[in-house]
Amino acid sequence: MKFNSFALAAGALALGLSGPAQAQVEVQWWHSMTGGLNEWVNDLAKDFNASQKDYKVVPTFKGNYDESMVAAMAAFRAGNAPAILQVFEVGTATMMAAKGAVKPVGEVMKQSGVAFDPKAYVPAVSAYYTAPSGEMMSFPFNSSTTIFYYNKDAFKAAGLDPNKAPTTWPEVVAAAAKLKANGSKCPYTTSWMSWVHLESFSLWHNTLFATQNNGFGGPGARLAFNSPLHLRHFENLANMSKQGLFVYKGRASVAVPSFVSGECAMFTGSSGSYADVAKGAKFTYGLSALPYYPDVAGAPQNTAIGGASLWVMQGKKPAEYKGVAEFFKYLSNPEVQSASHKRTGYLPITMAAYQLTEKSGFYKDKPGTDVAVTQMIRKTTDKSRGIRLGNFVQIRTILDEETEQIWAGKKEPKEALEAAMKRGNEQLERFEKASKAAAAQ
Amino acid sequence: MVERRATMGLLAHAVMILGMLIVAFPLYLAFVASTHTSQEIVQLPMPLLPGSHFWDNYSAALTGHGGGAGSNAPVGRMMWVSLVTALVIAFGKIAVSLLSAFALVYFRFPLRSFFFWAIFVTLMLPVEVRILPTYKVVSDLGLLNSYAGLTIPLIASATATFLFRQFFLTVPEELVEAARIDGAGPMRFFWDILLPLSKTSIAALFVIQFIYGWNQYLWPLLATTSEDMYPVVVGIKRMIAGGDSGNEWNIVMATAIMAMIPPAIVVIFMQRWFVKGLVDTEK
Amino acid sequence: MEKRVRFNSAWLPWVLLAPQVLIIAVFFFWPAAQAVLQSMQVQDSFGLSTEWAGLENFKTLFGDSAYLESFKTTAIFSILVAVLGIALSLMLAVFADRVIKGALVYRTMLIVPYAVAPAVAGVLWVFMFSPSIGVVAYGLAKFFGFEWNHLLNSTHAMSLIVAAAVWKQISYNFLFFVAGLQSIPKSLIEAAAIDGARPWRRFWSIQFPLLTPTTFFLLVINMVYAFFDTFAIIDATTSGGPGRDTVIMVYKVYQDGVKGGDIGSSAAQSVVLMLIVVALTVLQFRYVEKKVNY
Repeated sequence: MKFNSFALAAGALALGLSGPAQAQVEVQWWHSMTGGLNEWVNDLAKDFNASQKDYKVVPTFKGNYDESMVAAMAAFRAGNAPAILQVFEVGTATMMAAKGAVKPVGEVMKQSGVAFDPKAYVPAVSAYYTAPSGEMMSFPFNSSTTIFYYNKDAFKAAGLDPNKAPTTWPEVVAAAAKLKANGSKCPYTTSWMSWVHLESFSLWHNTLFATQNNGFGGPGARLAFNSPLHLRHFENLANMSKQGLFVYKGRASVAVPSFVSGECAMFTGSSGSYADVAKGAKFTYGLSALPYYPDVAGAPQNTAIGGASLWVMQGKKPAEYKGVAEFFKYLSNPEVQSASHKRTGYLPITMAAYQLTEKSGFYKDKPGTDVAVTQMIRKTTDKSRGIRLGNFVQIRTILDEETEQIWAGKKEPKEALEAAMKRGNEQLERFEKASKAAAAQ
Repeated sequence: MVERRATMGLLAHAVMILGMLIVAFPLYLAFVASTHTSQEIVQLPMPLLPGSHFWDNYSAALTGHGGGAGSNAPVGRMMWVSLVTALVIAFGKIAVSLLSAFALVYFRFPLRSFFFWAIFVTLMLPVEVRILPTYKVVSDLGLLNSYAGLTIPLIASATATFLFRQFFLTVPEELVEAARIDGAGPMRFFWDILLPLSKTSIAALFVIQFIYGWNQYLWPLLATTSEDMYPVVVGIKRMIAGGDSGNEWNIVMATAIMAMIPPAIVVIFMQRWFVKGLVDTEK
Repeated sequence: MEKRVRFNSAWLPWVLLAPQVLIIAVFFFWPAAQAVLQSMQVQDSFGLSTEWAGLENFKTLFGDSAYLESFKTTAIFSILVAVLGIALSLMLAVFADRVIKGALVYRTMLIVPYAVAPAVAGVLWVFMFSPSIGVVAYGLAKFFGFEWNHLLNSTHAMSLIVAAAVWKQISYNFLFFVAGLQSIPKSLIEAAAIDGARPWRRFWSIQFPLLTPTTFFLLVINMVYAFFDTFAIIDATTSGGPGRDTVIMVYKVYQDGVKGGDIGSSAAQSVVLMLIVVALTVLQFRYVEKKVNY
């Protein structure tokens, strides 16, 4: 090695270049947004990247929620997980239990020195993603909730007041009867059976869906929807089904086109389906809050959250975490939030964003778009923060499988609910066992 | 074939047309869907005749329609990745399997049976089941996000070897004996006699493997880390909105139809190779 | 199969086998061994904690009535798919062989459906059969008064998945049967025709026997397909419903593994599935291959 001045200079230059303010730090973001939402994600990243020079958020579509989870698990095991991962709400318990794999958002923000006030977020939204200790685990991103849609034209034709949405379940039954008398083949249908009629239903009536405050208290939770209220509701639905007032149209969101095409006159589903309805419906439609039973004390409380949040994975460099913190700060900005909310129909996650949207007259222009928000901007009770159970994907499938047998006439509601509880509890036991093992390590 | 009996001919045509209609009906629907607006498609019932939006939809799909879905990775780039992947898988699998099948059928060596079953058992555990460990292996080898990583793990299955084995077993013994008598070595026999005879099998396999490679979804999704290595099917899936947001079915169908064109071309092109029968060697 | 003329070489076969063996060793056996290992562990999704469970996962499986039900569902499904798939495509291939005019069009239109990406195929079948917006469902109701509802009717649901699975395979089987038929020397057929044999006779005495290697190949492949590659179709159409009536074993593997993140149970189910298919294949080689004419 010849130490001449040239080499020294080159060395110094190299050292200087490898200093802190060199190339952009890339922050990998894996998500599952498709279609128009895919564009939304890309635009968010693009705008953030354009607003500063230090960090570059790189969004990558990694399949639907199940697939991106598998991808992340595979990547983590191999040592190359992304910095940010979008995980659907039913995966929350699994992610929270994976302490060695995730870095709580609260911690990320604090360590990066970025200002962060959990109280600025809509209570029912942020509470869901917060640990029992009070630390925010993941960053709420695209949140929706369950609402009620109805076909105003069909109402008018059946002699119902199109501007008065049924607000209670008895009213829904009455409206359905009138619609059927007027020739409707499908007065009412629903998507996401478990989410709407068990989970959200429970929270809306301030009733427990599972013990230990729906799983927020710990992994020892067990299902509890064999209560008289739940049973009454399902017997109601079963009767409706027998009379042709409620027509089952499939799992998940498969039923949405049935409403959009005009086949079904009333529909409960995600607030996120608004975009579909607005685009495809050839009739006047209305949005309203989820129906409830007026004789239940405490109803209506608030509904269950759906959608996904952003989790931060362990094992990345501090510079990347700082980039993540800056990005989350950007996303919390009221203008950004408000624009996202207007564009996608997802809930605004901060109170400031909600107020900004209201001031802009958006809710007046598009009536009904604030229904979802008003359902969630309530102070939550211990029983209504949300549902956080392990193995929840399997449990939802079990609920789908068992309730389907009611509509098919194979099981009575009581039988189906108890079978669902039994099988679901087996899943929860497995989860508890695995969590204990993980905690012990 | 030999006689030209009218009723048989008519029956054959009738069966073919019926079969074709039934089998190709879903494709026809896809095409029809790609020529309407998305509202027209979700109205009950979907129209059965093509609509008038052919150019709108296809150009929108090609240019990543401004205002629409996933314009991140352009269709052209994805088609290229799919093409390279499919070709490498097809050629790779055929080459490797021809050699293995040849060894298994025409040689006697210890552990021959063992290797046959070892190769064969690869059919019994599909990729999806072993995807996490496979991912780790590929990652450890540094092959993520590369054509090698996209293709080599998919060459590891035995379909082609099995098919060639079946075919080689039907080749008349006289040919092998004649070759040996002529003093030709095994590789000579392989090149000059066996390969030409295998043309139709190779052609059939090429079509199947090309399409198999072309339609890969789950593995490329995991094995790539940047969207510009996505094959076309991932792009299509990315447009089909899942839970909450709206689907532009017409654009999805247009992209799907376009994605089918290269495989369709391969099918048509390879047909020539099917028609050539065995060279008449039994004279 | 034993009296075959072979080449003598000590080293050549090894060289020929090497590429394939190397690839499958690295990319199949190594990951597969790990998958088998996972079947005997209880892991959380991220691999952070691993507990040895021995045969616990298997015991839990066989104690689960849902799992045992899926055996029966799988058996029905696989038999239907394999039998229908092979029979229909054989018939189509034989007729395609006879036709000269339009052969290219027929063959292309029958093979191209294989090119439909599975993701898209699932969507197409929903388009056709969805009780709400499906064209076929609508047609059935309108013209035959038949209420199609695979969401609540198990028979409809099973028919739907069998139809979708067979549809995809017809192209595949057809292709190989056509190739197989084409490699039968024309001279044989002509000789038989000159001897006065009718087409039906010719088929059974010449074409079918000579097709047995291809048929055997397709039998094994179709069975493997029915057992392993059909979960995507089920996911797109019935999701295993109504209730659990269309949950076949591989779909349960997919449900528990990819959707549920339960690696241990999913791996255990895969091992059971693999053993079953290996057993079935051995049986086929043992008993059916005897009837194959090489």
